[in-house]
Amino acid sequence: MHTLVDKHADAVVHANLAAGLSTPKVSAKDVNVYYGEKRALMDVSVDIPDRGVMSFIGPSGCGKSTFLRCINRMNDTIPICRVTGKITIDNQDIYDPKLDVVQLRARVGMVFQKPNPFPKSIYENVAYGPRIHGLSHSKADLDEIVQSSLEKAGLWKEVKDRLNESGTGMSGGQQQRLCIARAIAVNPEVILMDEPCSALDPIATARIEELIDELRKNFCIIIVTHSMQQAARVSQRTAFFHLGTLVEEGPTTEIFTNPKDKRTQDYITGRFG
Amino acid sequence: MTDITASDAARVRRVDVTSSAAKARIRARYRREARFKLYGLAALSLAAVFVVVLIGDVLSRGLPAFWQYSLVLDVHVDPAAVSSGGKVDEASIRSADFYPLTKAALESMFPGELSRKAQKQLVRLVSTDAAMPLRDELVANPSLVGTTVKTPLILSATSDLYYKGAGTQIESREMRGIATPSGTSGEITVLSSANDFADALVHLKQRIAEQARSLRSEADRLELFAGDTVTARVKALRDEAEKLQQRVDQPKVEEELDNKMPSLLIAIDGGLMKITKLSDVSATGIVLLPLRSTDEAKPGTWQLVTYETPESNRKVTDQDVAFLERFKQLGHVEQSFNWTFLTAGDSREPELAGIRGALVGTALTLVVTLVLCLPIGVMAAIYLEEFAPKGRLTDIIEVNINNLAAVPSIVFGLLGLAVFLNFFGMPRSAPLVGGITLGLLVLPTIIIASRAALKAVPPSIKEAALGVGASHQQAIFHHVLPLAMPGIMTGTIIGMAHALGETAPLLMIGMIAFIVDIPHGFTDAATVLPVQIYLWSDLPEVAFKSKTAAAIIVLLMFLFVMNGAAIWLRKRFERRW
Ligand SMILES: Nc1ncnc2c1ncn2[C@@H]1O[C@H](COP(=O)(O)OP(=O)(O)OP(=O)(O)O)[C@@H](O)[C@H]1O
Ligand SMILES: [Mg+2]
Repeated sequence: MHTLVDKHADAVVHANLAAGLSTPKVSAKDVNVYYGEKRALMDVSVDIPDRGVMSFIGPSGCGKSTFLRCINRMNDTIPICRVTGKITIDNQDIYDPKLDVVQLRARVGMVFQKPNPFPKSIYENVAYGPRIHGLSHSKADLDEIVQSSLEKAGLWKEVKDRLNESGTGMSGGQQQRLCIARAIAVNPEVILMDEPCSALDPIATARIEELIDELRKNFCIIIVTHSMQQAARVSQRTAFFHLGTLVEEGPTTEIFTNPKDKRTQDYITGRFG
Repeated sequence: MTDITASDAARVRRVDVTSSAAKARIRARYRREARFKLYGLAALSLAAVFVVVLIGDVLSRGLPAFWQYSLVLDVHVDPAAVSSGGKVDEASIRSADFYPLTKAALESMFPGELSRKAQKQLVRLVSTDAAMPLRDELVANPSLVGTTVKTPLILSATSDLYYKGAGTQIESREMRGIATPSGTSGEITVLSSANDFADALVHLKQRIAEQARSLRSEADRLELFAGDTVTARVKALRDEAEKLQQRVDQPKVEEELDNKMPSLLIAIDGGLMKITKLSDVSATGIVLLPLRSTDEAKPGTWQLVTYETPESNRKVTDQDVAFLERFKQLGHVEQSFNWTFLTAGDSREPELAGIRGALVGTALTLVVTLVLCLPIGVMAAIYLEEFAPKGRLTDIIEVNINNLAAVPSIVFGLLGLAVFLNFFGMPRSAPLVGGITLGLLVLPTIIIASRAALKAVPPSIKEAALGVGASHQQAIFHHVLPLAMPGIMTGTIIGMAHALGETAPLLMIGMIAFIVDIPHGFTDAATVLPVQIYLWSDLPEVAFKSKTAAAIIVLLMFLFVMNGAAIWLRKRFERRW
């Protein structure tokens, strides 16, 4: 079974290369993740292209979040978690001991499932990242970063008159967009989103999806979602995970219309999960 | 999961709400809930009653100590008395002996001849440092030297207590006859033209009969319960009762008064005489306040005065009462807020004792404790909670911190004694050592509270910070710590309040000494409020009892303020996320 998956993954890589994809932005090779004794991810290999949206789908507990958190090494904060294999961004091994994990996280932004703005002002929320990374040299500079980030997140119009109000006082959708603004304020290369819309209503979800569509022109976006419609709407490529393995990966249309694996087919037709 | 068959439906168990069993179950649940509520209410009311009784008791005892009576007199400041080497300056005023001045001022109140004994008693009515306010006034304004200054003299604790109601009930009755005193001072006899004293005499006999009766019943009781062991005592009681009974039975014309009976006095011609022998028409006694003259007094102008409490049962003698009542009558007694209590250090004289020394000592000690505990406690908590590798070692440390919080405080005192005093040779009784010792005591509390506060910050905040590329440390110090701060502050204040009320460890390191001077530094000998309370509560003087309660009030106020601050901080900085 392993060999089958491996072969399959290789096939995908080859297909991508054949399809004229330039070098992948993020590339994972034989990634295994253990929580203590428990193996949560098994030999996951995938290439994620730049300037596009990649979505991870799969039943609950299959390891989507786990894999996502490997990409910005957020799993390092869990003491029992152990990662093997190789993940590169722009051909640079991110598990290289010489690499500074803090800088990595500045390059790989993350948006969480539950909106988690800092209990500070809207301005401070966005300005925090640029400030600690020294991206601005003056107040005006910082103001501009905040404004452009909020504009990119489609939030500027709504909040420009209340930048000093608390970020926690906004609606859930606004909070999530604020979190996105906060993530893009440090100009990351990759943005990871773990079910960013699961706490939001359809209208707020639609806005976030529009936003993702807009952002993909400049960023490499990886999104975990439980909504197949959402995956179909926003992503160009989709990966299907099942029980810790990456079952199938490919262009979204292909996965949804013509899945190669039986499990993928079962999942997208709603037979399990 | 599609269609349910009939037999399935029959097997479905619904919550039964109609049967009597179900109703009984619901009623039983309601009863249980009501009973639980009742228990809670009862416990709460009991606690409330205790608190009210405790606070009420402390307040009723302690509040009077915040006021004090003083004697406002005109004191002539003789330049000779306050100068040294012909010069009047601050030093000479401070070192001057004001006793002669106050004595003269007091005696000028009683023109006429006072017996030596009365003179002595008169000066004893005021405190040994009665002229303290005068001295301060002179220091502030030396030009007053040589003039007559109206100044309050601090009363002795006994006099103060007398005015606060611990004296005697005084009755005064107008007499009908014409009275003639035989002199103005010393032992005199007052003759009345009517048999004015007959009533008093009857009263007296009744009192004696009563006394005899109570002595007899006391003897009976002793005999009954204690048997042969107290025969001597019983015999003495019976003899005394017999003597008294004889006095009652013999129709003597003259009766002698002693200090076990209410005192009878005659107020006549502006003076006061204490009766020692009494007959129907004459009374012989000692003059307490000199009479103006030996003029005969018209009916209605002289009175028979009774001090209800027998002299032997009170702290103030008849002479004292006579003086004090006269002062009051002449309007020289004033009540004012007792600033001395708040501004003076400890003293052997209750009226001069204050809590300033203890307050400053407490403040210095707590400053040391806070400076020591807050940084160490918070840093330790942050390290243990966020950075320490989880493992056996951290587990052991954690368990031991919890254990330390439960160690009896006296043990910390012993540690302080052994380590800081004996090993490091730090000064005894110093706030520095007290603060460090209390710091050790409070540290576990602060660490535990801070860890709880840090733990209560949602991890999503830390993740958010890490997600934008903050380092672990930045995430903690920029985001987690500020959010945990109200909790940390609350824990710290509660820990400090704990330290504030701590006595035992401080006893071990010598902060129990009698210290008059107000400490000026961390190494001066000092005491703290709870220790001061402990010291005062041990003293025999009645006046210190109310000082003790007053000091407790001050301590409680401190605690209330600190706990209030904790609540305020929590409310003020509590944030939603
Ligand atoms: N901190 C952790 N400690 C131990 N096991 C964990 C931890 N986080 C995740 N796991 C385990 O790893 C597996 C994968 O979890 P993961 O959160 O990646 O699933 P998921 O695909 O994101 O699921 P969902 O769609 O419900 O979010 C699960 O079996 C889970 O029990
Ligand atoms: Mg997940």
